[in-house]
Amino acid sequence: MAQSGGRKKIQPHIVEEWTGKIYASFCIVLLVVTIFSMVYYVATKGLSTFLQDGIALGEVFGSTNWKPDGEPPVFGALPFILGSFSTSILAALIAAPLGICAALFMVEIMPKFGKKYLQPVIELLAGIPSVVYGFVGLSVIVPFYRDIFPGQGLGILAGATVLSIMILPTITSIATDALAALPPGLKEGSYALGATRWQTLSRTVLPTTMPALLTGVVLGMARAFGEALAVQMVIGNAPHIPRSLFESTSTLTSVITLSMGNTVMGSMQNNVLWTLALILMLMTFVFVFIVRWLERRAKR
Amino acid sequence: MSAKTVDKIATAVIVALSGLIVLIMAGLLGFILVRGLGHISFDFLTSPPETIKEGGGIGPQLFNSLFLLVLTMIITVPLGIGAGIYMSEYAKPGKTTDFIRLIVEVLSSFPSIVVGLFGLLVLVNVFGFGFSLFSGALALTIFNLPLMVRITEQGLASVPQAQKEASLALGLSKWKTIQSVMLPIATPIILTGTILAAGRVFGEAAALLFTAGMSSPRLDFSNWNPLSPTSPLNPFRPAETLAVHIWKINSEGLAPDAPEIAAGASAVLILTVLVFNLLARWLGRVMLKKFTATK
Amino acid sequence: MKKSMLLVLTLVLSLTLAACGQNNNAAPNNTAGTNGGTTDEASANSGGNAAASELSGSILAVGSSALQPLVDQVSKTFMDQNPNVSIQVQGGGSGTGLTQVSGGQADIGNSDVFAEEKLEAAQAGELVDHQVAVVAMAAVVNPDITVDDLTKDQLVQIFTGKVTNWKDLGGPDQAIQIVNRPSSSGTRATFEKYALGTKTEDLQGSIQEDSSGTVKKLVGETPGAIGYLALSYLDDSVKVVKYAGVEATEENVANGTYPVWAYEHMYTKGEPNEVVKAFLDFMVSPDVQGDNGDVVELGYIPISKMQVQRDVDGNITQK
Repeated sequence: MAQSGGRKKIQPHIVEEWTGKIYASFCIVLLVVTIFSMVYYVATKGLSTFLQDGIALGEVFGSTNWKPDGEPPVFGALPFILGSFSTSILAALIAAPLGICAALFMVEIMPKFGKKYLQPVIELLAGIPSVVYGFVGLSVIVPFYRDIFPGQGLGILAGATVLSIMILPTITSIATDALAALPPGLKEGSYALGATRWQTLSRTVLPTTMPALLTGVVLGMARAFGEALAVQMVIGNAPHIPRSLFESTSTLTSVITLSMGNTVMGSMQNNVLWTLALILMLMTFVFVFIVRWLERRAKR
Repeated sequence: MSAKTVDKIATAVIVALSGLIVLIMAGLLGFILVRGLGHISFDFLTSPPETIKEGGGIGPQLFNSLFLLVLTMIITVPLGIGAGIYMSEYAKPGKTTDFIRLIVEVLSSFPSIVVGLFGLLVLVNVFGFGFSLFSGALALTIFNLPLMVRITEQGLASVPQAQKEASLALGLSKWKTIQSVMLPIATPIILTGTILAAGRVFGEAAALLFTAGMSSPRLDFSNWNPLSPTSPLNPFRPAETLAVHIWKINSEGLAPDAPEIAAGASAVLILTVLVFNLLARWLGRVMLKKFTATK
Repeated sequence: MKKSMLLVLTLVLSLTLAACGQNNNAAPNNTAGTNGGTTDEASANSGGNAAASELSGSILAVGSSALQPLVDQVSKTFMDQNPNVSIQVQGGGSGTGLTQVSGGQADIGNSDVFAEEKLEAAQAGELVDHQVAVVAMAAVVNPDITVDDLTKDQLVQIFTGKVTNWKDLGGPDQAIQIVNRPSSSGTRATFEKYALGTKTEDLQGSIQEDSSGTVKKLVGETPGAIGYLALSYLDDSVKVVKYAGVEATEENVANGTYPVWAYEHMYTKGEPNEVVKAFLDFMVSPDVQGDNGDVVELGYIPISKMQVQRDVDGNITQK
């Protein structure tokens, strides 16, 4: 580029090239700036709990006592952290077998029927707003659990059920892609050796695609971890560690949605809610790193 | 047990679980549609909501959802395509590129509530955009950008290497090649992806609660001056979208027919998402046919 | 080289962004004029076609979701009478309302509680209180529960978990399920202050919902449930219980015999401007507060009907 500077007139295609390059770089810089400012703002707000209000780190992460109104106020977020983990892990446990089976069905058993009917329906499931899921959960799943199990129906299992349906599309579509991308020679070799379909699937296909399948499950879990409105409607929101799967409890997101509007920005309780948001954000990083690690293993 | 029996059992289990999924979905869609379809009428779709009387509609909310979608896409598409082009064509493999890719990944899996809170803090309060369509559109852009980047990258990657090289060999600049050779070929993929991303905007509520607000100021549909506060086109007015409206009437609805309105609005929302999906598939097919036929 | 440039540019930009946020954070008490960009813009725009004598401008009212329906409804009437005024009513909770009016982003902050209870004394001191209505709350139970009167002590025992079965209160043999509000909620603060007289802790297994609609749905459906709702939300799906023999009626609230009520506040920062004042005056005018007005129709109690008055500390005086 340095040589072109010596000429009197810069050639139009070079100008064009530079415009394009600057535009594309500008877009990427904007993207990076956005994420940096997000991390910066949420982190400053979230950390002010410890720096400004002087709440001990151990209190937030170690105590099960949540009494924002108490004298003195106590902010133990452990029940919410446990609630978030247990609902999202349980949701992933329910959704993973279902999603992987659906993917096997679409790729290995009836590809034509699966591609034509099952896939569009699952994609549609991804488009249903979370509010609607919450609403259906509250009107169908909660009364159902209330009738057949002891308790009020609200709780971890209700939340996990709603979430598992919500993350099913994520798991299924990633599993489908992974299965479809498998080189056909691998399967054909197994069949040629006289293996049945299940033997092929269980000994060749599933082990080879396992990291990719797990990627889908982790991404689904990440989505479940961050989901707010649907969970808040069915989890019950008591700030305690529940004694059973059918007892009211809270997640990080449900506490934030429940109390953010009621508290004044800058107050101690509000700052603690930002700390919870910071935990949510940090967990996103953790999930992304797990996914990256799995992807690296898949490539090997 | 012989291997054959095990195979049969396993197949049956897989088919049964797949059937279960179909059943769950059919039940879910049926539940929403059966409860909601009866309530949908032209009047319901066009009239404004009522606070305490029966017979309120979802007209402004429907309009807000669509308008917010358009606004979001106006911001997202150029930025997303630009960033996608950078990642696909200009970025050289190395630490920086890896880092940017990581950021895109992180951004795409951020919980919507965190984005909403960030919007409340920065867009609404610090920048002073207030609860407005514009704040909402920016928050949704944060969601959709990574998706758009990935779609653009995929689209550009699908362009045959030979075509790109032919263009470069003719002496066209890299940018010109991208602009007039690669982008048109990538269009079907980008367009399909964009429509699917748009469907996501339609259903988002958590982030909008904190950014676009929950009120629907009276709209004067004869006033198309985008600067007037009662004009539907003013991007700086607060706007309640359909998904937010469902949340609101479920939680604080005073109208006697609130459950029916919620059911009707849910059905409308799902039908719209369905239309988006079908549109994306159809458009993808048509464009693919067109591009492959003219070659 | 280029890559590092990109990185540097990024960092510089993020820092600028961050710094500009910091400045704003440091000075949250800017006047409404500098921070409320949208409001000013909007009022300037609508001002163009207004006659000089008519009111014109725009108002942003943010806050309490319990007060939102009323303000929303009244603002529609007000805008019909003053076509050049645009009023935007936002929910978001009392905390958001007080934050935004105090920070100058909103013209009016709607709140269920006195500002002194949420804000620092200095911030609360700048706000001017406009009480526009009274909202009363009643304890509600699942329709299958035969109990129809609960004393203060009984309520305290229920909400502190000392009594866990309805049979101890003369009802059927059914475990009590509490449907409470989050501890940050204004409705809960009112209920605890005036019905229980004490703060309660969140019990293991209790349900907490912030929205009246969900509370009503859960109390109506869950066996043995007890919760509390504003009078405007009451209907046949839940059973209202008397408070120490007193029914929750408008009359009993107005003459001071039924104590579980709170003011609905609309705060302004300093004295309101002309348009905001006109709107606030309209809120308490007979058109709105009268027998066929929006206040009564939406289930609130008109401020003019109240024969008693209450201050921040809960001291009641006859008017």
